[in-house]
Amino acid sequence: MATVLRTYEPRFWDRFYIPALLQGLFITLGRIFKRKDTIQYPESKHVPPEGYRGLHRLNRHEDGRIKCVACEMCATACPAQCISIESSPAPWEEGEERYPVKFEIDLLRCIYCGFCEIACPKDAIDLTEIYDFSDYTRDSLVIDEDGLLKVGDITQTGNVYQRHNRGEKVELPLAR
Amino acid sequence: MDTFDLLATIIKVVIVFVTILVTIIILGLAERRVSGFMQYRLGPNRVGPWGLLQTVADGIKFLFKEDIIPDNVNRPIYLLAPVITMIPAFMTFAVIPFGVPLEIAGHTVKLQVADINIGLLYILALTSVGVYGLVLAGWSAGSKYPLLGGLRSSAQLISYELAMGLAIVGVIMVSGGLTFNEIITHQQATSWNFWKQPLAALVFLVAMFAETNRLPFDLTEAEQELVGGYHTEYSSFKFLMFYMSEYANVITASGFMVCLFFGGWDMPFIDEKALGHWGVVLSVLAFVSKVGFFLFLYIWVRWTFPRFRYDQLMRLGWKVLLPLGLVNIFAVGLWMALRA
Repeated sequence: MATVLRTYEPRFWDRFYIPALLQGLFITLGRIFKRKDTIQYPESKHVPPEGYRGLHRLNRHEDGRIKCVACEMCATACPAQCISIESSPAPWEEGEERYPVKFEIDLLRCIYCGFCEIACPKDAIDLTEIYDFSDYTRDSLVIDEDGLLKVGDITQTGNVYQRHNRGEKVELPLAR
Repeated sequence: MDTFDLLATIIKVVIVFVTILVTIIILGLAERRVSGFMQYRLGPNRVGPWGLLQTVADGIKFLFKEDIIPDNVNRPIYLLAPVITMIPAFMTFAVIPFGVPLEIAGHTVKLQVADINIGLLYILALTSVGVYGLVLAGWSAGSKYPLLGGLRSSAQLISYELAMGLAIVGVIMVSGGLTFNEIITHQQATSWNFWKQPLAALVFLVAMFAETNRLPFDLTEAEQELVGGYHTEYSSFKFLMFYMSEYANVITASGFMVCLFFGGWDMPFIDEKALGHWGVVLSVLAFVSKVGFFLFLYIWVRWTFPRFRYDQLMRLGWKVLLPLGLVNIFAVGLWMALRA
């Protein structure tokens, strides 16, 4: 196929460059008054899209019992081997027979692939939208069962960042 | 010179010096914030209200940085170069009037540090001295990039000074004097030189950008090619001195432009000299706002036009601006001869 080469033919006034220069100046001037893309971070935060894979959470039944039955499917599926679970017979009469006494995730090892979420037969573990957790030590970034349940409680009532941007006070479990 | 005049002069010197320093601080911030706005960003806005203390914080940082002097520099010249750049940069503003004369207790105080009868030549002479600072800085650093930057700046400034001089000649011809007061009074009596000689104003504007080494003519710095140009090997306060003199030059060039082509302290349709003290205030306001516009123009142009290539720069200087300057002088001369 033949390629059509477009050649630029400057008109008389174009040869002075002044119209083009003025045009350029007004483009940059107009930009000053347009909306800025900057997100002023601690005051307002970026809202990640649906399906974002951030900090993990553990879900509860309606009566408050943990959904996890300590089957270790997630730990088996985990390619980074960051989940460690200790199983034990459940203390309650009705419901599941086992529950985790220890459920820890090493957040520095985790690669946020979401395999644990897919592997879980009980819908007990999820990845949430939370992305801003950081700290100064490795130990404090190993999140335990209570922490994971707390993340679950916080994230049940809607996207934490949308709530934060609306001015609601949202306390993140790991943020200092 | 009696005590009153002496005191008035000292006060004027202090006011002008402090104003330039404060303007440098504001300009440093404005540069970054306006740059941000033009790129859909906000720019630094955290240090103090609207980020006003950002430049102060930067200055303090410069003071506390380690002052590195590389091994193979030519020490005396290396140390002298920032000073040679900075002193003329701060001296040039002295001859620029920033308002109508003020009447205090029977004395007339000119709002200008020094009303010398060769005001225009004084500025041209001092800006030429300032070039030595850049060239010496580039040469003494003992490194190839500063050297290239210094060479470029000397060639560039010589080429554009010529065009600048030719643009000024047209103004001198119509106003008939080398002092700023004559030029401004003439403009106030008739109309701004910009309306009479737009060509000269354009040539001067372009030359002004080149003389202050600002984009699109910042080939002396050209960080993509030359690391940082002539100030690559400078650190800490010596770097700050180059930085400050660049901004001081920008301020002076804006004031120069305003005085030559935009009526200086003249506010259109108002006779400042008849209004007493309010006239003084109005005239200073007019001058400040006009200079403010040109300071903004510097930043505005910086984010609009790409940098010239070296041969393009030389072609523009010698083949476009120089002939245009000559055409302007010819046209003004013809006009004056026909009217006489």
